[in-house]
Amino acid sequence: MRAFTQHQGIVAPMDRSNVDTDMIIPKQFLKSIKRTGFGPNLFDELRYLDEGKPDQDSSQRPLNPDFVLNQPRYKGASVLLARSNFGCGSSREHAPWALDDYGFRVVIAPSFADIFYNNCFKNGLLPIVLDEKIVDQLFQEAESSEGYKLTVDLEAKTVVTPSGESFGFDVDDFRRHCLLHGLDDIGVTLEDAELIKSYEDQRRQTAPWLFGAGQ
Amino acid sequence: MAGKTLYDKLWDDHLVKQRDDGSALIYIDRQLLHEVTSPQAFEGLRLANRKPWRIDANLATPDHNVPTTDRAKGIEGIVDPVSRIQVETLGKNCDEFGILEFKIMDQRQGIVHVIGPEQGATLPGMTIVCGDSHTSTHGAFGCLAHGIGTSEVEHVLATQCLVQQKMKNMLVKVNGQLGKGVTGKDVVLAIIGKIGTAGGTGHAIEFGGEAIQSLSMEGRMTICNMAIEAGARVGMVAVDGTTIDYVKGRPFSPTGETWDAAVKYWRTLHSDLDAEFDKIVELDGAEIMPQVSWGTSPEMVADVTGNVPDPAKEEDPIKREGIERALKYMGLQANQAITDIMLDRVFIGSCTNSRIEDLREAASVVKGRKVANSLKQAMVVPGSGLVKAQAEAEGLDQVFIDAGLEWRDPGCSMCLAMNADKLGQGEHCASTSNRNFEGRQGFGGRTHLVSPAMAAAAAIAGHFVDVRELLN
Repeated sequence: MRAFTQHQGIVAPMDRSNVDTDMIIPKQFLKSIKRTGFGPNLFDELRYLDEGKPDQDSSQRPLNPDFVLNQPRYKGASVLLARSNFGCGSSREHAPWALDDYGFRVVIAPSFADIFYNNCFKNGLLPIVLDEKIVDQLFQEAESSEGYKLTVDLEAKTVVTPSGESFGFDVDDFRRHCLLHGLDDIGVTLEDAELIKSYEDQRRQTAPWLFGAGQ
Repeated sequence: MAGKTLYDKLWDDHLVKQRDDGSALIYIDRQLLHEVTSPQAFEGLRLANRKPWRIDANLATPDHNVPTTDRAKGIEGIVDPVSRIQVETLGKNCDEFGILEFKIMDQRQGIVHVIGPEQGATLPGMTIVCGDSHTSTHGAFGCLAHGIGTSEVEHVLATQCLVQQKMKNMLVKVNGQLGKGVTGKDVVLAIIGKIGTAGGTGHAIEFGGEAIQSLSMEGRMTICNMAIEAGARVGMVAVDGTTIDYVKGRPFSPTGETWDAAVKYWRTLHSDLDAEFDKIVELDGAEIMPQVSWGTSPEMVADVTGNVPDPAKEEDPIKREGIERALKYMGLQANQAITDIMLDRVFIGSCTNSRIEDLREAASVVKGRKVANSLKQAMVVPGSGLVKAQAEAEGLDQVFIDAGLEWRDPGCSMCLAMNADKLGQGEHCASTSNRNFEGRQGFGGRTHLVSPAMAAAAAIAGHFVDVRELLN
């Protein structure tokens, strides 16, 4: 996995709560058996005026001029500023894959849905929870100042504005450690293979019904 | 010291290692696999030259992409080549690694969350995961069950464990008895309407109280299925006689002495009387009415006797904007009566409501009646080949066909429209599924979430009606 230490990037403000993963990447694009190539279809139904189809050249499609990512000032944005309960709904990891493929490295919101939040960390994408009032302030600043950038430091757990104002955020130690070092967490878990085996052996004795195959 | 909640017990029994950083390794007893969220996980295993840790812990079936017609053609019947590749890929992966798969032609094929319980592959006290957020369904059996992403599917395949942070405990108690014509679906929609789509975020919800205990396993599954729509990855119901009776005699269920030992353990799977919850919400079951969703989030629900809300009456500006946006997308007017919403299609199916009891409820409403001429389509999609066979043995298929509903083959179908079953732009659908997000059932489609009985009643009327009027 790609490591995440520090990042500075243009902020795109998406002023809408309860953005669900169907909205982030609609179902017709989940038919792919790859992890890449979802970027052109990120927010497909909001971003384009027509109905998107898999394997289509999206560069020729009519854009919705009202959608935030289609506004020239947010071109190249890599920090998505969002509202509460971002990423609710389906568990599809295609949602962080699409955000990542588009070029986002950070999503900031007052709250995230649990599964989406977890999926981000597996893909080098950093979800940051900040207080609603701070998010409101960032929305105002990002919308009023073209080229507005934020600097995110995972080591220091801070988000710093262009004026130098710094906001701390929480992230649990294990996730932070894996992300900082780009660790393969399957490899980390397999370091405890002996422990898993001994747990399993004990369960085979105490709960044998859990190890029966179907008839 | 306070007693343990059901969630605490399940967590403790599956704890392999508590790490100093607060994370924990949790052992997974069962993983269910389907074609959409597994191909990249198998590919990851191959790239890292890893093998599945415990092959017999996995059970697979294709469900999201399968057609609900022409199933005699098997995989050849999948017209969309991209869908077909995905279903073929699941087959190849399961064959390569020796994982049991109910393939498209197998009568045991169906929606993962229907076949797990049906086979007894879902047993009380298990930890169960699947790359699908509706895995919470299995919590109805006193399981710790939740959806995971594809990276975690790979993690479980490779290690039989997940790295987890313990969630908080939440109790949703539904007191008293439900009224006639009010089902598990109405209960869970009412709960989501009350606590909101983020009301359970960070929590494992246990559903309890007399109204929940009185429900069949099908009703409990419907409720746990939609825990995720309240933000909770995990929904659970304590084990009782209803649970144990349901599990008995199923293909994966234990027998003989092992059964007796299992039952003894299963009987302990409830929250202790002195257990403490971080959050408690109570509802009066008798006050719950048949529910209809009017908006584009599962929390946007109303009683069938009620009206579409008026955004002008909402004080919170973000909520007001949300209501305005939803009404615009749904093509509805503020204050419009729910029963005035005209429908184009009716869909009875999905992992929420495609089990035999759901089909019986719907059939009892349409029996001897006819689908409204104004509808373009009304379809019934059973949750599995075995549910379909059972329904046909009871003559339910003929009841539906006589009334003018289509009788289809099993799969996820129009719940998320990955196969050919979808809504056209602007069409209103009474759907027994779980999500009414924009575009969920088709580009520009308008979904209204309801119970099977309410969907059946709507099919007859062509618009929403209070199913209780038809039952009298």
